[in-house]
Amino acid sequence: MNVVFYLLAALTIGGGLAAVLLKHLVHCALATTVAFAGLAMLFLQLDAQFAGFAQILVYIGAVAILIVFAILLTRGSELPKDGVFSRSWFVGLAIAAGVFAVLAWAVLQSVRAVPQQMAVPAVSVRDIGNALVGRYVLPLEIVALLLTAATIGAVIVAMHEKERPKS
Amino acid sequence: MATSPLFIHLDQMFIILRDWLVGFLPAALRPAAGVVLGVIAIVCVFPGLFALTTVFERKGLGRIQNRLGPNRVGPYGLFQPIADGIKSLTKEDIVPLSANAVVHFFAPLVLVVTVFMGFAVLPMGRNMVLVDMDAGLLFFFAMGAATELSVFMAGWSSRNKYSLLGAMRAVAQMISYEVVLLLSSVAVVMITGSLSLPKIVAAQNTYTGIFPHWYIFTPWGLAGFVMYAIAATAETNRSPFDLPEGESELVAGYHTEYSGFKFALFFLGEYLAMFSISGLGTTLFLGGWSAPFSFLTFIPSWIWFFSKVMLSIFVFIWMRGTLPRLRQDQLMNFAWKFCLPFTLLDLIVTALWRFMGEGWLRWVVSTAILAAAYVVMGRAGMRSEHFGPRRYRYAE
Repeated sequence: MNVVFYLLAALTIGGGLAAVLLKHLVHCALATTVAFAGLAMLFLQLDAQFAGFAQILVYIGAVAILIVFAILLTRGSELPKDGVFSRSWFVGLAIAAGVFAVLAWAVLQSVRAVPQQMAVPAVSVRDIGNALVGRYVLPLEIVALLLTAATIGAVIVAMHEKERPKS
Repeated sequence: MATSPLFIHLDQMFIILRDWLVGFLPAALRPAAGVVLGVIAIVCVFPGLFALTTVFERKGLGRIQNRLGPNRVGPYGLFQPIADGIKSLTKEDIVPLSANAVVHFFAPLVLVVTVFMGFAVLPMGRNMVLVDMDAGLLFFFAMGAATELSVFMAGWSSRNKYSLLGAMRAVAQMISYEVVLLLSSVAVVMITGSLSLPKIVAAQNTYTGIFPHWYIFTPWGLAGFVMYAIAATAETNRSPFDLPEGESELVAGYHTEYSGFKFALFFLGEYLAMFSISGLGTTLFLGGWSAPFSFLTFIPSWIWFFSKVMLSIFVFIWMRGTLPRLRQDQLMNFAWKFCLPFTLLDLIVTALWRFMGEGWLRWVVSTAILAAAYVVMGRAGMRSEHFGPRRYRYAE
């Protein structure tokens, strides 16, 4: 753990907090982007180039843009009069704390289950590619099918209904 | 000839200079200092090239439109960029009262920073790459994706309907053509088997007789390059895809409400994006820094890289001077109904090429598939659009 890690962690957590606490929806979306960027740099700091760049490409290039588009198209960018904070915020807090507890427990368990490896495993992009089309090809294809189905579904939902000829 | 000491010194001039400068420092600081020097070189060279290109573009456009272009400041108007720079530095920085000040301030910065990052992985000559990353191509596209957000930030924070419309158009256009841009470069990755840009150049830097093995000289490479060039033009918002900033429709699109130096930053960002995307196209399809004929290898590699980039810039200017602007629906139809299917087909043809082995058969098969698809899809697309000779009622 060094200075860079703490800086990136501060950036990520700051972005996340800003996304929750800011009042303007578009500002929240942009703060989420900062958190995404921080996460990507954490991946890069761990020498996981592929994960880091994919994080930037997918989350900043696509997900953030999608969120922003959704906000603008639904006119959510105007401030509501009674504030943006939900009255049942403590329920959300409890759920978030629960999820965090489960994840933290799993991470701490994994240290015990898998003995500490001293050598840093060198995983190149080529290895990831080979694994994706070799061992994990079935999950990959299932995800691809799911995404295709989702895209077709979105197109069908968005399609104009043709007026039926009057009989 | 290519191994004589003079050639090596000329070719590796900048590397030798960097190592000599770094040699004055203690050994612990040397790697970091080398990177800093590389960054300084990039940050100086490309804005300098940008200044030259603005004059070149204004004079070129002037000639195409049968006028002279700037010719008052300095010999042949060459000092025009200095005058422009002083003007934009001394102009008042106006921020609209209703604008979202923080986002408005950060938008041009995010644009310029992310565009500069893209240069880090481009090999600009033999051994001349700032960071030789295993996933260099992915890094480049990741940085390109981040520029879209800055365009949106600029348009939204200005609180101006022209800006917002321009930003929405720009983002929609960039997302659509980014798919084509990525897929057309995937073909190159499939053949080379690496995402590292120096390796992609090295794979093309061999010769049969006097002719190089650039990817553009194969059927799939030519199709991929054409698709890449179209997508690159759209991605940099250049004419004929300049709808986001069409001055006759949207005033200036997402940078309407920017003035002074912030506007200059947008201008700089746009041109730098042109340089970097031309550099990537050069690297992927035009052999990067390798010479076009084997007997021309005595010319240093960086000269070839920058000549190819400037040639692409010239083509950009030429197209801007000659082509009319598309309509929004034509733009989207072209991306999703022609470019995307054609690029996907190009991927299949590339796979065929990879597995058919050496020989003339693969040339015939891939050329036939691509040409037939081009003709059929073009015809079908034209028919569904009901294009044809246009009749003007008022002239009859």
